[in-house]
Amino acid sequence: MNKYETRIILLAGSTLSIFLFALLFNAFSRKIDVPSCVPYNRRFEQPTLKQVDDKTYELYMVAQMWSFAPEEIQIPAGSTVDLYLSSKDVVHGFNIVDKVVNLMAIPGAVNKTTLHFDKAGVYRIVCHEYCGVGHQNMLGKIRVQ
Amino acid sequence: MNISSSFKRIILTELFLPLTLLTIGIYHGLMQVIYRAGIIHQNSFAGLNYYQGLTLHGVINALVLTTFFAVAFGHVTVAHYLKKEPPRLSYRVSLWLMLIGTVMDAYAMLTGKAQALYTFYAPLKDSPVFYIGTALLIVGSWVAFGGWIKTYLQWEKANPATRMPLAILGTFVNFTIWVVCTLPAAYSTLVLLTPWAAGWVEKVNVPLTRMLFWMFGHALVYFWLLPAYIMYYTILPKLAGGKLYSENAGRLAFLLFLILSVPVGVHHQFSEPVFTPGTKLFMAILTFGVALPSFMTAFTIAASLEHAGRKKGAKGYLGWMLHLPYFRSDNFLFGYLICGMILFIFGGLSGIVNASYSLNAMVHNTAWIPGHFHMTVAGPVFLSIIGMSLLLYGKLSGKTIRFKALATVVPYMWMLGMVFFSHGLMAGGLMGEPRRTNLGMTYTNPDSPLYNQHWVPTTTSTLIGGIIMSTAALLYFISFFATAFSKKTEPAVLALPESEPLHMEKPVAILNNLKPWLAVMGVLILFAYIPALNSVFKYSVPVKGQYQIDSPVPEAPPKKKDQTSAGPKASMTAPARSPATAKIDTTPFDSQAIRQTAMLTASSPAEKSGARPRPPHQKGGSDTPLRHPLSC
Repeated sequence: MNKYETRIILLAGSTLSIFLFALLFNAFSRKIDVPSCVPYNRRFEQPTLKQVDDKTYELYMVAQMWSFAPEEIQIPAGSTVDLYLSSKDVVHGFNIVDKVVNLMAIPGAVNKTTLHFDKAGVYRIVCHEYCGVGHQNMLGKIRVQ
Repeated sequence: MNISSSFKRIILTELFLPLTLLTIGIYHGLMQVIYRAGIIHQNSFAGLNYYQGLTLHGVINALVLTTFFAVAFGHVTVAHYLKKEPPRLSYRVSLWLMLIGTVMDAYAMLTGKAQALYTFYAPLKDSPVFYIGTALLIVGSWVAFGGWIKTYLQWEKANPATRMPLAILGTFVNFTIWVVCTLPAAYSTLVLLTPWAAGWVEKVNVPLTRMLFWMFGHALVYFWLLPAYIMYYTILPKLAGGKLYSENAGRLAFLLFLILSVPVGVHHQFSEPVFTPGTKLFMAILTFGVALPSFMTAFTIAASLEHAGRKKGAKGYLGWMLHLPYFRSDNFLFGYLICGMILFIFGGLSGIVNASYSLNAMVHNTAWIPGHFHMTVAGPVFLSIIGMSLLLYGKLSGKTIRFKALATVVPYMWMLGMVFFSHGLMAGGLMGEPRRTNLGMTYTNPDSPLYNQHWVPTTTSTLIGGIIMSTAALLYFISFFATAFSKKTEPAVLALPESEPLHMEKPVAILNNLKPWLAVMGVLILFAYIPALNSVFKYSVPVKGQYQIDSPVPEAPPKKKDQTSAGPKASMTAPARSPATAKIDTTPFDSQAIRQTAMLTASSPAEKSGARPRPPHQKGGSDTPLRHPLSC
């Protein structure tokens, strides 16, 4: 291995280190992180929207072939929603278009993340994991007023 | 070298058979871009539905073609460098097992018994025939590796002073990764899924099967890629008219792949529950580590090509790029390898985006992902496979390659098509376009309430790219099959172009001994997967129910069939494929039908009334309030 070879390894290594620093900075300082996990309990398979206080909600969402329950949710702008996601049958996906919320709904497990809705509008939830012949019809809505 | 006719026949079969099946794989690739662009708003076309086609596309192109080629190319590499054929028993048994496995898979997929895509995520159910067939295909490739190990040990005894040739090191690293990573897949298919699909076991732990799948699934991509890397290091410099810049760098790259390519699988599961952020972050870091050997390879190969260009009189910093043997029909393989490398620059960089932990939420399961992996598996992997198959087939059968001019333009055309194809997918993915979805039925159908006009230009770009790529594939098939069905014109030989190293480097002891690297590999796998496994059992439970793709009602286990035959299940699933699918077939978009099916599920006696969607803001009512769950 000659000096150029060594230099390219160092250069590639430091580039990746910069990327890694950016990820750590976002995770720890700006709290932009991957979804966390919650021990499974059968009750997570009951779809509910609960208001905790003025602007805080708990949303228990259940994906099933081929719809999301609750199918449509209405919340005021500026709300914070703790989302718990599970599946009643097969594996489903949960991607809110134009908002970086991207989760998997897995039977026998519960996914958890926190969302903030500042702007009013209709947010579409697309199922992005193949879940059978009706997969392309599986769409949910969050109406922020 | 001259080889026995039985060994020759085996290799020729291993090249011919997957390329024949590939015609089906490419056809379904083309159909998918047509469906997705909203050209047809149908559930199925010519008797096969979208997802069946997608299953065929994935299994044939990504499992059958790649495994057969890796074995055939391994046979050639071992025989060429070690000057000895592997044991007859090993290569025969290997081919038979792979053949039986492929026939079982093909049967299951074509008859609609396996439509859960190549990732076969439970609790969607495939027939046990598919799980066992896939396992046989894999086991067949292990047997071939066993034969090579024996041949190598004999060679080592006869040549104690020579170090392992680079191509052999690459092949052995590749198959070691393969054996290690297929163990979890074999466990998942044979021990967890087959008894479950056969009805002997009632429950399956879905997160566990997914973890095992991706433990296999990511190492699988290196199993596809390493034959191409072997060609880049040991063949491409020669084809370009130069020498390999550094052989030790090549050895280090392969050994880094050995230790890092298995303990990274959870980076496919950043969006999933069950794994803790710590596990996810650890695997993200290891994934960055596995990018390193690819950066090194890019440098070493570019330096080798620069050397070749300068030898031919290139001037300036970048002049060497113009002095390479592009579009030369006597050197057609160069085009396949260089186009693959160019695509891989973008495939690799987009892969780093996917690996980037929280950034992954931008792209997970969107069309970006197929946009990325078509520039790797349908870039360097695919192009090197078809280019090398054509070259080897000609040499081993003693036939002159027909329509060489067509075969020469194929890789350039493929690369051009890929620009449109991947751009469309990746741009769409960043706007939320989902992968693995028959978009033409709803999202790109103007008559559907789900229509999204932003995804029309992106799917159209994908369509244009797909058409160019399919045309390129057609030209390749013309050349390949015309060659295969022509008459023998010259004696058959087994030979590979072989590049020499540029400088004689001092051998580095640590790069010639596999043992410490194998130990590190084992330790890293344990460090990565013990916490992952621990989380699986802590945060998830096995679930009941097996699902066919066309019914939201679980299939009853076989023994209880009599009790439930009167329920809604019998009327919907029985030869359900017809009723449920037919409903959707006749009306291109009929959300009503789907909704009805969903309603039926909710009202089936097995379900609690709480499963029905509630109006927003409705409080829990009579439900006992949920305990606040513990965060991890």
